Amino acid sequence: MATRLGDVLRALPAKLRLEGEAKLAIEIAHHRLAVTGVLFLLAFSVVALRLVDVTVLKEGHEPRLAHLPRAAGLDIERADIVDRNGELLATSLSTASLYANPKMVSDPADAAAKLVRAIPGLEAKEIAARLGSDRSFVWIKRNLTPRQQYAVNRLGIPGLFFQPEERRVYPHGSLVAHIVGYTGIDNHGLAGIEQSMEERLRSSNEPLQLSIDIRFQHIVREELARAVEEFQAIGGAGIVLDVATGEVLALVSLPDFDPNSPGTAEGDARFNRVSLGTYEMGSIFKIFTAAVALDSGTVTLRDGYDATQPIKISRFTISDFHPQRRFLTVPEIFMHSSNIGAAKMAVDVGTQRQREFLGRVGLLRPASIELPEVGAPLVPSPWREINTMTIAFGHGISVSPMQVATATAAVIDGGVMRPSTILKRADGAPVPSQRVVSARTSEQMRRLMRLVVERGTGKPASVPGYLVGGKTGTAEKIVNGRYAKNARISSFVGAFPMNAPRFVILTMLDEPKGSKATFGFATGGWVAAPAVGRLVARLAPIAGIGLVDENAPELREQMFINAAVR
Amino acid sequence: MTLTRRDSSIVGRWWWTVDRWTLAALGCIAGFGAILAMAATPAVATRIGLDPFYFVRRQIGLLPLALALMLTVSLLSPRNTRLLALAVFLGSLILVGLTFSNGTEIKGARRWINLGVFSLQPSEFLKPSFAVVAAWLFAQQRKKEGFPGDIIAICLFLTVFALLVLQPDIGMAFVVTAVWFAQYFLAGLRMLWVLMLGGVGIAGLGVSYFVFPHVASRINRFLDPASGDTYQINTALDAFLNGGLFGRGPGEGTLKSVLPDAHSDFVFAVAGEEFGLLACLGLVVLFTFVVLRGFARLLQESNLFFLLAVAGLLIQYGLQALINMSSTLHLIPTKGMTLPFVSYGGSSLLALSFGMGMALALSRTRYGAGEEP
Repeated sequence: MATRLGDVLRALPAKLRLEGEAKLAIEIAHHRLAVTGVLFLLAFSVVALRLVDVTVLKEGHEPRLAHLPRAAGLDIERADIVDRNGELLATSLSTASLYANPKMVSDPADAAAKLVRAIPGLEAKEIAARLGSDRSFVWIKRNLTPRQQYAVNRLGIPGLFFQPEERRVYPHGSLVAHIVGYTGIDNHGLAGIEQSMEERLRSSNEPLQLSIDIRFQHIVREELARAVEEFQAIGGAGIVLDVATGEVLALVSLPDFDPNSPGTAEGDARFNRVSLGTYEMGSIFKIFTAAVALDSGTVTLRDGYDATQPIKISRFTISDFHPQRRFLTVPEIFMHSSNIGAAKMAVDVGTQRQREFLGRVGLLRPASIELPEVGAPLVPSPWREINTMTIAFGHGISVSPMQVATATAAVIDGGVMRPSTILKRADGAPVPSQRVVSARTSEQMRRLMRLVVERGTGKPASVPGYLVGGKTGTAEKIVNGRYAKNARISSFVGAFPMNAPRFVILTMLDEPKGSKATFGFATGGWVAAPAVGRLVARLAPIAGIGLVDENAPELREQMFINAAVR
Repeated sequence: MTLTRRDSSIVGRWWWTVDRWTLAALGCIAGFGAILAMAATPAVATRIGLDPFYFVRRQIGLLPLALALMLTVSLLSPRNTRLLALAVFLGSLILVGLTFSNGTEIKGARRWINLGVFSLQPSEFLKPSFAVVAAWLFAQQRKKEGFPGDIIAICLFLTVFALLVLQPDIGMAFVVTAVWFAQYFLAGLRMLWVLMLGGVGIAGLGVSYFVFPHVASRINRFLDPASGDTYQINTALDAFLNGGLFGRGPGEGTLKSVLPDAHSDFVFAVAGEEFGLLACLGLVVLFTFVVLRGFARLLQESNLFFLLAVAGLLIQYGLQALINMSSTLHLIPTKGMTLPFVSYGGSSLLALSFGMGMALALSRTRYGAGEEP
């Protein structure tokens, strides 16, 4: 119709036509506007209906609100540390720290007086000075208790604020101090696992599981502390190592400290004698001398050396502590801990082979455990024959007790070296291992170490029924460049049961004094070996190791050694 | 206010000729917006670390300014309105061009020009001014023989469209296109062309689905809620459900503290939770009233320019409200668009006031033949 009207219009004069077209356009516009209006009305109606739909017609349905994920679970900044059985060694607690914006505090003196009453231990003057300063942020007190926080809140002082924080807590206190270490006020690890595993603890909320068994740890600490006290030592170290996996089950360094407040540690309490301290370990090294000598075939258990005369080399004299003044077989040298015999044995092995072997069992490099406190051994350079001779009985080389325990485990467990670790190995995971001596040598070493406890210097470590073996060590400490007669490192490294060793146990006392009970002696056999004996007696039942009859024929045969060749 | 009908001052004439009902409806909407700003923005401000009343102060500070702008513009004569629209159109066209070199990038799009005190989104002003300019061009074509109004309008539209797509601001481009197309339709575009261009528009939406990943993502999430994060829309729907018939009461809403954009694009959900269904329906009625009353008055209008311009402005206003409410109610894919006079947003508020000011100015009752623009 519109087009027909258009045809008619086109026939009209121009002026008229234009007006007519404009009229027509308006008419079309009015029609179409009405259509648009209806569309709008429809659209708005749909919105209104939808509103009714989502608001009231959904009644009867549970709101989705209930299904929304709850506020993300407790998200701690630092993962827990647990022992091999899941016992909590370190955890984080949420706390509040109090800070102030001095620019918002109207009466600093009054506020300080109130705060001091609410939080004991604050210095009113000091707090008033801080609150009166010209800054906009000052700490008042970190890590308040909930009670203190409540008290501060009640004061209602403007300008005081709480900063949610985390505080590291060590439920076992000093028991695991040297293992877990501690963190600083900003929750960064400053020692121990806290420091070495910083990344891991921060990146995952999964608890970090250590190889430590808190039951073993407790027993070792108790017995070591008893020995330290009995012999008035300045310190001590204790290790229990799982021979099969290289896992450290207990690691104790005394004196220790409370990681909850490391600042209160006295003297060298924070010094880790197990892995950071390196010491001349004395006769314990005869284990390695005998092992390399037997393994390289320079001697057999039936051979021996003349130990009637001390060895004089340049300006040194090597003599025996328990002089026998006769020809000694290799088992006798080991049993009586003859320095002369060991030195001669080492000379036959040779400097090159000795050094290579000590390197293989990890005595020339820092221990592998995952602590930041790991000491580097002190080894002679150059390594002359005189060094070979003194190292044969553990002098002229300083290593950490941790290294000795690891190397001992390698020598007695079939001759396979496994790096020690303080982190729990996954069940069934392959343990890296490397052969260091032959299985035959290892078997002979087990007989030798059993002999020491059965009949030699290590008798005090004996526990009937557990087949304990080991080696004593006593070294004079160097004080002011000279060996001091009365400052010793007395130690004992043992293992049990000796026919199939499960655990290596090492105890070491730093500067023990002889007592009446030891007739004034403070050697490894007298002070450190009894502690190992007591440990075996207490640990074996927990580990499920039963008593055996040591005189049973098959065991006698397994442990038999012909010591005397006369 | 006491003004006699014989008062011939500018204000006096304005009072008796302006559409007071529309004015009242707009005032109600803005008042509701101010109340909602107090309810919805503190939660958002706190969440992003600002002073809780940061947005409230800004919005309530801006509101009188916006109303003043609207009233001032509505005082203008049709001729001056047209010239102002032309000036604003050219000015904002240049500023939109400048955003490509000097713009501030927010959330992946360069739409803002920083003016020191606040940043301005010039494309917001492009919308209403272009509606008036296009209306004039369409009207001229049909009034003056030989005047190529349609062609110029098409060219201007393509320029504006290209600029908006390049920003990229697909939502704005869509509204501008819809308004311009509606005006062309009202101006008497042949039905064949209407259908064809409508087809092109739908094809264009299809193209934008494949060209712009964020458009595709939103449409996917609308069609298949399981395909992506629908947290925002779920929270918005929960807010309505939570509000029920009468709402939880002012300030009693809880979902606003977790609802992203609760102060701008999703303010309608906050209204639903705190003031309930009845208040929301009231708001819908107010928007409908503004659009339809405007249309009804235009049915008496005999000047094509006035008709096209006012219709364009009203369509823009209504469409924006529709899109906002529909996407909050999950009727269409989420599209970032403010609820006129209610959402927080400076540029949008000022531009809408400017637009409605022009609509009021051009729809004033003219006795007699009226002023020929």
